[in-house]
Amino acid sequence: MTAEAEYAAVPINVAVNGINYDAVVEPRTLLVYFLREQLNLTGTHVGCDTSQCGACTVHLNGRAVKSCTVLAVQADGAEVKTVEGLADGDNFHPVQEGFREKHGLQCGYCTPGMIMTAMHLLETNPNPSDDEIKHALEGNLCRCTGYQNIVDAVMTAAMRMRG
Amino acid sequence: MSTRTFGEPIKRNEDRRLLTGQALFIDDVELPGMLHAALLRSQVAHARIIKIDISRALQRRGVIAAYAADDLGAYWQPGPLLVPPPPIADIVFNKRTQVPLAKDKVRHVGEPLVIVIAESRYIAEDALDDIDVELEQLPAVVDLEQGLRPGSALVHEDVGSNVSAHVRQTKGNYASAAAKAHCTIKRRFRYEHGISSPIETRGVVARWDARANQMTIWDTTQAPVFVRNGLAGVLGLNERNVRVIAPFVGGGFGPKIMMFYPEEVVLPWISMRLNRPVKWIEDRLEHFFATTHERGQIHDAEIALAADGRILGVKDVFLHDTGAYDPYGLTVPINSQCTLLGPYVVPDYDSTFTAVFTNLPIVTPYRGAGRQHGVFVIERLLDLAAHELKIDPAEIRRRNLIPPDAFPYNNEIIYQDFQPLSYDSGNYEPVLDKALEAIGYKQFIREEQPKLRAQGRCVGIGVACYVEGTGIGPYEGARVQVQSNGKVNVATGIGTQGQGHFTSFAQIVADELGVDVTDVDIVTGDTDQFYWGAGTFASRGAVVAGTAVSEASRAVRKKALKFASDAFECAEDDLVLADGKVSITGIPQKFIRLGELAQRANPMRGAVAPGTEPGLESTQYFGPPMGTTSNGVHAAIIEVDPQTFDLEVLRYVVVHDCGTVINPMILAGQIHGGVAQGIGNAFYEKLSFDDQGQLLNASLADYLLPTALEVPRMELDHTVTPSPLNPLGIKGAGEAGAIPVGPLFAQAIEDALDLKRKEVELLEIPLSPSRLFELTRKARNT
Repeated sequence: MTAEAEYAAVPINVAVNGINYDAVVEPRTLLVYFLREQLNLTGTHVGCDTSQCGACTVHLNGRAVKSCTVLAVQADGAEVKTVEGLADGDNFHPVQEGFREKHGLQCGYCTPGMIMTAMHLLETNPNPSDDEIKHALEGNLCRCTGYQNIVDAVMTAAMRMRG
Repeated sequence: MSTRTFGEPIKRNEDRRLLTGQALFIDDVELPGMLHAALLRSQVAHARIIKIDISRALQRRGVIAAYAADDLGAYWQPGPLLVPPPPIADIVFNKRTQVPLAKDKVRHVGEPLVIVIAESRYIAEDALDDIDVELEQLPAVVDLEQGLRPGSALVHEDVGSNVSAHVRQTKGNYASAAAKAHCTIKRRFRYEHGISSPIETRGVVARWDARANQMTIWDTTQAPVFVRNGLAGVLGLNERNVRVIAPFVGGGFGPKIMMFYPEEVVLPWISMRLNRPVKWIEDRLEHFFATTHERGQIHDAEIALAADGRILGVKDVFLHDTGAYDPYGLTVPINSQCTLLGPYVVPDYDSTFTAVFTNLPIVTPYRGAGRQHGVFVIERLLDLAAHELKIDPAEIRRRNLIPPDAFPYNNEIIYQDFQPLSYDSGNYEPVLDKALEAIGYKQFIREEQPKLRAQGRCVGIGVACYVEGTGIGPYEGARVQVQSNGKVNVATGIGTQGQGHFTSFAQIVADELGVDVTDVDIVTGDTDQFYWGAGTFASRGAVVAGTAVSEASRAVRKKALKFASDAFECAEDDLVLADGKVSITGIPQKFIRLGELAQRANPMRGAVAPGTEPGLESTQYFGPPMGTTSNGVHAAIIEVDPQTFDLEVLRYVVVHDCGTVINPMILAGQIHGGVAQGIGNAFYEKLSFDDQGQLLNASLADYLLPTALEVPRMELDHTVTPSPLNPLGIKGAGEAGAIPVGPLFAQAIEDALDLKRKEVELLEIPLSPSRLFELTRKARNT
């Protein structure tokens, strides 16, 4: 039996970065592959497939989730935000600006997930301590930076966003 | 702009694309008609292949093809030897390189047996279940010492033993040093490194275009030119007809260099046969087996000392785990052998290693590339010597440092670049002084530690020194080209995996040509953009390619001034190159833009004068005669919970000398990341194999990469001793952070738990809470 024969395609409606998409997915399609392969939003990366590394983090209805562990059908009717939806034209979001200013990225592969997790933190805690930032980022692995500059980037962003 | 950017913390050119999700990584390559590959991998470490039947897989709808070793026909051949053995007398080296798909035997868990090509990855994975494989399992070679005993199972029967290599290198005469020594100290040390585990796994996309007779391969490689040449050879194509592109690569750290992994070799061939693009992206589970590791060594090492703590000699005999194949030659154990000597005067040295084939994944360089192992041995020997001779651990190091007037310092033995291990320049004592001062060494020992101990807290200090051989040859090149819009394009043959080449190279160009850093566009990792080169490894990108960029920029500058002097009919000395234009000194309104000069250099009419070339561009190459030697000292204060043996790093200091610094922000990032990997290696990351060669912790849930919580804030400082081996005076820095963390942790933890008093010695890495519990249990019970 083939995949097509085994599973009926499921229609879903998802708003991604403010744009409404009607799409058809297999039930087993993961949200991250829906974003990457059907919507061509390849800024969200897959690092481990098993929700340890956090590279695939996106916002689902305002919460940071690991999109490798969410089925696309679970996002039906939801709002999704990805790294592509942050900058306002040429203007970076303050979190993106923080990462650039503090050299919070090297290879950049974990960065979109880091940014989405950091944004969620700052939306819930606008004035985090060093320790709170580290705890918030615990589920996002980076192999390049040693995290110090990422923590500083988030701190800088927090200050900017508080104004 | 005329301000010098060299040495400034310039923000990175590459960040915009990476921060907005617009950077192309390999999994983002999407081509019309693209097929997807999945590989059936051996689940046992050592077995004879009795039968492989792919017929049922081929019947699954959506499956296009499937291949086992025999289906590859004449294309099946062992991979290339990537680094031949160095010219050392009486060397033994048994070359056994990896194969595209296992034939007759499997030699490690994860070795591929069959590759399935289907319309989607999902279908390809489903079809793996349809393949019938019958294996006759054999005893696995896992333990290095057992593997060398008579009667052991053999990884490669035709070798006749499990010896991959045997090498002895000597300097002076250790026996006579030991004979006159005040004392000798001998111990057995075990050091295991782990997996590099970049957050992006490996991947290959191959597209054969029959109409253009052109093969394009997107590959997560650090060395695209090598891969292009090698694959052109096996595919029977001209090198010009093969283009290898390393797009943005999500971390490399060594195992992505140029391994000619089975997937790299097989996908292009399949694409040619099917005339369709084929993609394979490694999943994380595969990464634990299918990407190379760096693992363990066992050292039996002895140090001979004078009464004042001076090293008279070192003797070391060690075993090195090379895994199932040895495609990278001797690079890792040679690095261990050489880097053991460290920043110290070691008059007599006698080092012998045996590299052992095992039924475990292949070992090749991973950030540090064997240097850690050697540094652990010498640093631990010095700690033991300090204790024995009642000399402070920092002081015994100071007494043995190579003095600044002894450079170039020749250690005589042969290094990985085939040259004598000679340190180009160095001034080691100030680095140690700065580190001790920064960590507050004396004050901690005299004042703080007694107070903390009185409070029942277990807090210890450590200090470890190291050198890092960097910036080795053979060469790199760069083409610097002023575009007619005034922007500058630079192409070089190396790959980039986050090192900031798009910025540090742009700084070099910007200063030379008087343009803004953001107006310099760097291209790396595309063999059609730059034909020649070696790659990004051995902390050599900035040193070797950076110098080539500098030389090419200088040549372009000279051309620009010549053109402008002709245009203005004035002497070149009267011209200023700044702000993207050439102007006459003192007459700033009299200028000509670089872009216009570039246009004039490519005229529509008239003639390009004989002996000159069109275009405002230059291609230059740089090949250093030997590698540069960086050095550094790490110091840390670590608290250990005596109940749980968990630890917290309270302070971490790095003082480092890598010559002239191009961009201190990027340099700091390299150090930070290296230290984090070093911490993982020292205390969290351990590849746990059972006696059948099964990896028991092949997931990121069980193989513990450090998170933001485990990596402390690092305090960095630098000294600058320029290298005489290149005009910029730069040395490499890519691996420095990772190298001395193991012995530093061992020393600080011993001190924290006062283990010397309990006669417990930490002679192995990685440590962990449970391992500390085991090692100290005996002491607690007595």
